[in-house]
Amino acid sequence: MSEKNTAPKETLFSPKNRKLLTEPIGKENPITVQVLGICSVLAITVQLEASLVMAISVVAVMGSANVIISLLRHGIPPRIRIIVQLTVIASLVVLVDQILKAFLYDVSRQLSVFVGLIITNCIIMGRLEAFALSNKVWPSFLDGIGNAAGYGSILLLLAAIRELLGSGTLMGYQVIPNFIYQIGYEDNGLMILPPMALITVGIIIWVHRHRDRSLVDVS
Amino acid sequence: MEDLFSIFVRAIFIDNMVFAYFLGMCSYLAVSRTVTTSVGLGAAVIFVLGFTVPVNYLLENFILSRGALSWLGPQFAAVDLSFLTFIMFIAIIAAMVQLVEMLIEKLSPTLYSSLGIFLPLIAVNCAILGGSLFMQERNYANITEAISFGLGSGAGFFLAIVGIAAIREKIRYSNVPAPLRGLGITYIITGLMGIAFMSFMGIEL
Repeated sequence: MSEKNTAPKETLFSPKNRKLLTEPIGKENPITVQVLGICSVLAITVQLEASLVMAISVVAVMGSANVIISLLRHGIPPRIRIIVQLTVIASLVVLVDQILKAFLYDVSRQLSVFVGLIITNCIIMGRLEAFALSNKVWPSFLDGIGNAAGYGSILLLLAAIRELLGSGTLMGYQVIPNFIYQIGYEDNGLMILPPMALITVGIIIWVHRHRDRSLVDVS
Repeated sequence: MEDLFSIFVRAIFIDNMVFAYFLGMCSYLAVSRTVTTSVGLGAAVIFVLGFTVPVNYLLENFILSRGALSWLGPQFAAVDLSFLTFIMFIAIIAAMVQLVEMLIEKLSPTLYSSLGIFLPLIAVNCAILGGSLFMQERNYANITEAISFGLGSGAGFFLAIVGIAAIREKIRYSNVPAPLRGLGITYIITGLMGIAFMSFMGIEL
């Protein structure tokens, strides 16, 4: 390729493309700002390991779903686009589910129905509708990876807080030393229970919006 | 009969879709601004769950699971199609939602216009697919049990969304810290409601 041809074309990591990747992790975070894909965040964050597997699965499904839909975007009739999107996502999720069952059986038991529920995770559907249907392949790929990473970062943060305070471990290894327990420290059993996930997300949102005043809900 | 009733009550209170499993959270947060719209969405979810869970139950037991095809003949007894579960379930749900939409449009145009965009969005409500997947995990004995589980889960969702909408209408007049306003406080209220619902845990029916 000559110099003349490449000059007007955007490079792979131009500032605009980099923004697609990094915005969803902070300012446009799918969980705390766009309110997409909440269900699984709350249910599986008791332990860090399961959350890590879930985050990787979502990154994989979302990156490839965005690429596929973006490739097909001129061929999909608008009336049946929801069914087409669901079929693409469902096939990818079946692949992930079978891989997990084959190589990480324990984690897959622990995640139970939530692997299947990646299909109806609104974050995937929402980004396909809002971005991949009207953009080129490479930006769509970056958008998918970026949003999934934003989702995953909240997932991991929440899981780390809950596992550390709830059972005193991280990834299954004990982190809080024994002598602290002997002084009289006890694990907070409430952190493991489902309602605390909601309250912890509420607090994360509070901190996030306090640091970035432009996100405050004025209504 | 007692069995059916206890499955129904269990699905509403103990295994509540929203508070115990966090399913349907997205529409729960997005549509709970006023009580009237949340009543509409809740009713539609009861309706769709009451339809899709039994249909998926039949699909699971007569086509998808291992040995389910044996009614076709002995040579099909070893066929295991369970890897198709997700795709088939979601296809059934999308089709049923489309059907329900057409029925409501025909029978009651006023209800149709008041539900608006929420009706098609039910297809991607995780509570619906979650209901079918839990039904599969729990191995209900017959189709009436599956129906009562579906209706009960829908009723649980209805209860949750109407409750949060009522609280949100009231809290508009309270002095909430600015960064917490809107989404943040809604999460915390839901957490507190969840703690209240946990008092039903451990009740054997």
